[in-house]
Amino acid sequence: MKQQTLEKSKEYKYGFVTDIESVKAPKGLNEDVIKFISKIKKEPKWMLDWRLKAFSRIQNMKEPNWQKPKYPKINYQDLYYYSAPKSVKDKPKSLDEVDPKLLETYKKLGIPLKEQEKLSGVAVDAVFDSVSVATTFKDKLTEKGIIFCSISEAIQKYPDLVKKYLGSVIPITDHYFATLNSAVFTDGSFVYVPQGVRCPMELSTYFRINASDTGQFERTLIIADKGSYVSYLEGCTAPMRDENQLHAANVELIALDDAEIKYSTVQNWYPGDKNGKGGIYNFVTKRGACRGKNSKISWTQVETGSAITWKYPSCILQGDNSVGEFYSIAITNNYQKADTGTKMIHLGKNTKSKIISKGISAGYADNTYRGLVDINKKALNSRNFTQCDSLLMGNKCGAHTIPYIKNKNHTSVVEHEATTSKINEEQLYYCNQRGLNQEEAIGLIVNGFCKEVLQQLPMEFAVEAQKLVGISLEGSVG
Amino acid sequence: MLEIKDLKASINKKAILKGLNLTIKPGELHAIMGPNGSGKSTLANILSGKEGYEISGELNFNGESIKEISVEKRAQKGIFLAFQYPLEIPGVNTNNFLKTSLNSVRKARGEKELDTLSFLKLIKKTSYELGIDEGILSRQLNVGFSGGEKKKNEILQMKILNPKLSILDETDSGLDIDAIKIVAKGVNTLRNDKKSFLIITHYQRLLDYIKPDFVHVLSHGKIVKTGCSELAQELEKTGYKKIN
Ligand SMILES: Nc1ncnc2c1ncn2[C@@H]1O[C@H](COP(=O)(O)OP(=O)(O)OP(=O)(O)O)[C@@H](O)[C@H]1O
Ligand SMILES: [Mg+2]
Repeated sequence: MKQQTLEKSKEYKYGFVTDIESVKAPKGLNEDVIKFISKIKKEPKWMLDWRLKAFSRIQNMKEPNWQKPKYPKINYQDLYYYSAPKSVKDKPKSLDEVDPKLLETYKKLGIPLKEQEKLSGVAVDAVFDSVSVATTFKDKLTEKGIIFCSISEAIQKYPDLVKKYLGSVIPITDHYFATLNSAVFTDGSFVYVPQGVRCPMELSTYFRINASDTGQFERTLIIADKGSYVSYLEGCTAPMRDENQLHAANVELIALDDAEIKYSTVQNWYPGDKNGKGGIYNFVTKRGACRGKNSKISWTQVETGSAITWKYPSCILQGDNSVGEFYSIAITNNYQKADTGTKMIHLGKNTKSKIISKGISAGYADNTYRGLVDINKKALNSRNFTQCDSLLMGNKCGAHTIPYIKNKNHTSVVEHEATTSKINEEQLYYCNQRGLNQEEAIGLIVNGFCKEVLQQLPMEFAVEAQKLVGISLEGSVG
Repeated sequence: MLEIKDLKASINKKAILKGLNLTIKPGELHAIMGPNGSGKSTLANILSGKEGYEISGELNFNGESIKEISVEKRAQKGIFLAFQYPLEIPGVNTNNFLKTSLNSVRKARGEKELDTLSFLKLIKKTSYELGIDEGILSRQLNVGFSGGEKKKNEILQMKILNPKLSILDETDSGLDIDAIKIVAKGVNTLRNDKKSFLIITHYQRLLDYIKPDFVHVLSHGKIVKTGCSELAQELEKTGYKKIN
């Protein structure tokens, strides 16, 4: 690779800490802490019972250890499970009531909540540590009967919907992190789109970890009723810290007959420094159920941050003719590790799934695609197409593709293609000859490599994501 | 403009250029001919700053040594190389590539970057002038382009970037007559008393349309003969055997 000094790579842009007084639960994982969380959120008893059930189950569970990235043992008793800015004791009713310090924080992150409400057509739910601090565009959405609020609010205001669907895609005892989340989840978003309604704007949640020694346990639930459509996007950042922080989210999507959910993620948690110190452990369970016939769920993820990313956004294709899609870009640089992919479980007839995964690895990083395509006996005439491409920069990083394929009937077809390549020096030379510097050239080539996935993102975010792809690889050559 | 003195270059211990001297003044157009494997592309690559060669000798551009200068800096200073084999870059839109490239060069020259609209106007006008079909501009860079389309795209880029020194490495090879005329037009419309050209070719045909000031024969890593445009005609008849 070209030997040349690059401009000092830019620091992680979102690494600042907001100095704000917070209310915390006592450290540690126990019944009292769970009761504390439930109480501070004014939850009904059924919710507390649900949490306690999860907590009792977790005692005999073990963390998964089949994934490639290994990490030092997490001391779950040494974490805070709840931290919230003091000023958000009761969620502000409007943006004018939100603590200016918080508004300033989101502005610095590129999400000027106040201006955005006027200018762009995106509704935002802003989650700061363990609480949602603001949700914009509520009125406009309410007109259409769309519910977009924090999950805490939904538990109080729409208990029937929450009771019916929470845990219906990710069972309480699914695996260690999912169960942990079920016990201690703090905030996240809730979306319900009524029958026949097309959500008129992008819905988006922005997650921010601020407090130290704190785990973030996000819980998001999206329900698209018959014939409805919604596009949802989440973004995330965290301060630069030397210790690792845990983010263990559960996200459940439910699409009923003829409904469609498009879920996009731009994950930019703090990745750790260039020697691999610090960074977020991003252990996430995301699962969608295409419960109705002709329904569709499409996951798009751009994973550039985190020290370790461990997530497999999946689709359970229950309804006949339902469609599941997974588009992924995972970029790992320096000492980052990613083990990510999807599960497509075909249960209904004529179900289709498509998987496009682009893994890019640089520095000493390690990048694994792990995916399952499982076509059930009764899922006649089903189809899957999988394409996994890996791009390597330099020779100290790794890329792995681990597809599991189970096709249990004779009328279904599974196609799998995979490529691994090194970044092409001749292409770089060609770009350089046209005046592009090394980083511009890499940004361009990598964006080209990821194009199929990038073009799935809502327009408002595609440009940001493209820049992020370039920035994440800064300093990866030379 | 360009001054090459006693240039020796080797790759993996294999000597390719063995003491090459060449001076190109502003406004001059030089053609280089020579047998396959004689080192023509190597010379072009080295002028553009490609890594991987062991080099000795002098390499000056506008009175400044460029030996230690990176590929992109040389490009920004106004050296352009039309590749013998232009690279395919999947997923990258040709228009977008050209715009990024032009703006990098403009930025380096201290000029204002062009916004999308002005760029599109410029590229439309330029491709029309040269007679290049705009269709290729909305496609992925060189992906699935025919050999001729790739070469035309190189000429379009040259025109847009408006370099001081243009090096064309066998841009005419494999082109039909109309396409050769496009290449010639690209060169001739850029040509003025300040700009210089180094045209590597195997055929007299291109030189019918762009009259060179000098023709050099490169053989075994050295310039073994220099003449004016008649030399090219002679070579077309007799080949390189007599010269060696
Ligand atoms: N990377 C390399 N490793 C070893 N030898 C090389 C390398 N690159 C070029 N060469 C050799 O250097 C010599 C000159 O090559 P070059 O491409 O410059 O020739 P050329 O004059 O452009 O030929 P042509 O007319 O066929 O394009 C050839 O013998 C070629 O095989
Ligand atoms: Mg050649």
